[in-house]
Amino acid sequence: MATASLNVNGKSVSVTVDDPDTPLLYVLRNELGFHGPRFGCGLGQCGACTVHIDGTATRSCVTPLSTVSGRIVTLEGLGTDTKPHPLQTAFIEEQAAQCGYCINGMIMQSADLLARNPKPSEQDVKTELANNLCRCGTHLRIVRAVMRAAAGSRRR
Amino acid sequence: MNEMINRRTLLQVGGALVVAFSLPIDRTRAAAVGGKTVSTDRVDGFLAVARDGRVTVYSGKVDLGTGVRTALTQIVADELDVPMKEVTIIEGDTALAPDQGTTSGSFSIQNGGMQLRRAAATARQALLRRAAAQMRRDMSTLTIRDGVVVAASGERLPLGSLVESTTLALEIANDAPQKTPAEYTVVGKPVPRLDIPDKVNGRFTFMQDFKVPGMLHGRVVRPAGFGATVVSYDETSIAKIPGIVKVVRISNFLGIVAQSEWSAIQAAQQLKVTWSNWNGLPEQSKIWEHVRNTPIARDDVTSRAGLSRGTLDAAPCKLQATYDFAMHTHGSIGPSCAVASLADGKLTCWTASQATHDLRKQLAAMFDLADADVRCIYVEGAGCYGRNGHEDAASDAALLARAVGQPVRVQWMRADEHGWDPKGPPTLLDMRAGLNQQGNVVAWESELFVPDEVGGRLVPLVGSDLAGLNSLAKLSPGGVLNDHAIPYVIPNVTTTAHRLQSTPLRPSWIRSPGRLQNTFANESFLDEIAASTGTDPLDIRLQHLDDARGKDLLERLAKLSNWRERSQPDRNAEVVTGRGLAYVKYELVRTYVGAVAEVEVNRNTGALSVKRFYIAHDCGQIINPDGLRNQIEGCVVQTVSRVLKEEVTFDRSMVTSLDWSSYPILSLPEVPEIVIDLIDRPEKVPWGGGEPACAVIPSAIGGAVFEATGVRLRSVPFTPAKVLAALRAT
Repeated sequence: MATASLNVNGKSVSVTVDDPDTPLLYVLRNELGFHGPRFGCGLGQCGACTVHIDGTATRSCVTPLSTVSGRIVTLEGLGTDTKPHPLQTAFIEEQAAQCGYCINGMIMQSADLLARNPKPSEQDVKTELANNLCRCGTHLRIVRAVMRAAAGSRRR
Repeated sequence: MNEMINRRTLLQVGGALVVAFSLPIDRTRAAAVGGKTVSTDRVDGFLAVARDGRVTVYSGKVDLGTGVRTALTQIVADELDVPMKEVTIIEGDTALAPDQGTTSGSFSIQNGGMQLRRAAATARQALLRRAAAQMRRDMSTLTIRDGVVVAASGERLPLGSLVESTTLALEIANDAPQKTPAEYTVVGKPVPRLDIPDKVNGRFTFMQDFKVPGMLHGRVVRPAGFGATVVSYDETSIAKIPGIVKVVRISNFLGIVAQSEWSAIQAAQQLKVTWSNWNGLPEQSKIWEHVRNTPIARDDVTSRAGLSRGTLDAAPCKLQATYDFAMHTHGSIGPSCAVASLADGKLTCWTASQATHDLRKQLAAMFDLADADVRCIYVEGAGCYGRNGHEDAASDAALLARAVGQPVRVQWMRADEHGWDPKGPPTLLDMRAGLNQQGNVVAWESELFVPDEVGGRLVPLVGSDLAGLNSLAKLSPGGVLNDHAIPYVIPNVTTTAHRLQSTPLRPSWIRSPGRLQNTFANESFLDEIAASTGTDPLDIRLQHLDDARGKDLLERLAKLSNWRERSQPDRNAEVVTGRGLAYVKYELVRTYVGAVAEVEVNRNTGALSVKRFYIAHDCGQIINPDGLRNQIEGCVVQTVSRVLKEEVTFDRSMVTSLDWSSYPILSLPEVPEIVIDLIDRPEKVPWGGGEPACAVIPSAIGGAVFEATGVRLRSVPFTPAKVLAALRAT
């Protein structure tokens, strides 16, 4: 048994799990009820499980709980009901989802990019998301949504 | 419509009408549903109107991530003239929704949506008739606007106020007047999808997120080889893992049930199992020999005209070529998942199955239950693109739930999904054509090698097979004969499908099954004929089409892509570009698609990249143009991925492409630009859009490579190694 204190979406929480090396993904989903991050491969290959740890996009499926010390943000905590993250608004405006299972990773990875580079080129976006897999073929809309969010933040 | 019968039905079901009208959407409990008909012939099979005016749609067709929920809502809302926000859809719950067949083949709107439209049109008439009686007015003077019956005088009656006196227990009237295109208010509009907001803010509940109280976590332990059997296993090997509830063995089915998901995963990975040695798969390097030598169960002639053999033999110019298309996996980003609960002889299964009614029958057979004692409830999962592993996960969950007497959730691991989901079967086509002295095509023959279908359109359930139980199914690759026949007028044609007794890996259908492989061979081979006579790929199609709508589509495609004005490639350049064109009339009876591909080929490395696709698409009446575009884009990108990269690999025992590095798919930098011309024909019936555009992608790419290099690619995937080998062979 291991108890860990985490900061998730701005709140301090304490979780107890059998194995301190439980990947963060299962702790977030099953112990804390966050569904934004999803299990896709368990291998860090697809990006569906992506969360932010201290602002850095991180594959939670291969991140043992015992190694986590920073502030965690999941898709649920990226924006608020009244003030969604510009990427979330842009993904809706561009209708940038089909099944939507990969969209958590696409948004979380892009949010990290926009924080580092608020004015990315289309190529920057494509390169950033090269390791986030989408099977439905929504890629072009995803790029448009990220560019739209970037253009919006430029205006602000 | 017999008022007496209707009233009696109403009385017989008593409160059931109210239940049906106000059923809470509590998916965590199998709510009592007495009296709700699931008849496809009755309005109340599909629709209920509540006293508050809310409309509930019971749809057997489900949204697999395609956006069809939004389109179906548009259809019903428009036909009933109620606001879309007043419409709720319950999908694929076998206790509530009629069996409208598997959600596949681009039929959700064409068939499912039109059943809903007829139900709504019938309901509209019944509600108007009731309103006319209540208002003492002539029915023809009444209309419905935003859920309110409005008389010419301005008198208003909300639809909800009519439900107590108007039962919807009616036969669906196929001749109930439907709206004309000019009357539609939301059909044909790019209505934003209903599910996307929740999907981008993390609130959407996918099957993979679904929980019930008291639920335990299960994982399966699959054999080391497909036909391997359990020799022994050692439970002490996982003794240190906390929270293990049970190791379940039923014949060769092995699974773990644990309190926590992580314990179940670790236990499944660490359980020491000795499997028998099994190496019954063919050598991958000899797969096409294996396919060609597989015993044939029977031959299906898929089309015949004139006398092809004699004409071909006598033709002064003959062409022949063989095409092959590799085995593919569905590659859902979210591995298959289900939750099952078996209590008091009743099985409830929450599943992302594309065919919950079929799954119900299979699970009932497995557990020797009556169909009525099994309820499958659809919960949307990650995109499946056909019959992937969702049904298998359901049988796994049910086996484990029965073993522990508690609800169990099973999610497959990535290797389970890549290794054990059913595969698009390896497909081989031999093509022959004969040309006369004038260069006209006088004969066409094709032989297709595909698995037979035995036992109907059901795929065996892995868990059931391993457990030695009966899941009703034997062998089913899906409708793979479709589009084997050609849409062109050629005087002498024979196309024959050799139905093989077996295929190396359990087959099923993957997006555009058969249509994709067959169209690849047909369109590519037509290009070979065109090249042999110096005819432009567009011209040869126009010359052999006897279909005004198809010709119109090709002309629109030519205009969209500036086909006739394209420049000829410099074949001496290191990186050479080319264009290819392809056409399909889906299954010869519905959606028309034409595609132009633009590619770049590096002649030194064999690297092939698809830069742009132009698509002209005519599926008749368009319900939601943006939803349709989204689907077409998906067809293009997914199929480019399949054509450039994908191939299931295996050794003699097992699939070896068990993750995304060994089975790569297209990544974002590799995705082509897509330019689409949607041809809307509001006066025509709506056909499907989720598959047809897939069919034209492989041959359009192949044609573009030929234009760029003079080399014809006949084997999917078009890997750099194959491109390079083909270049060096010339």
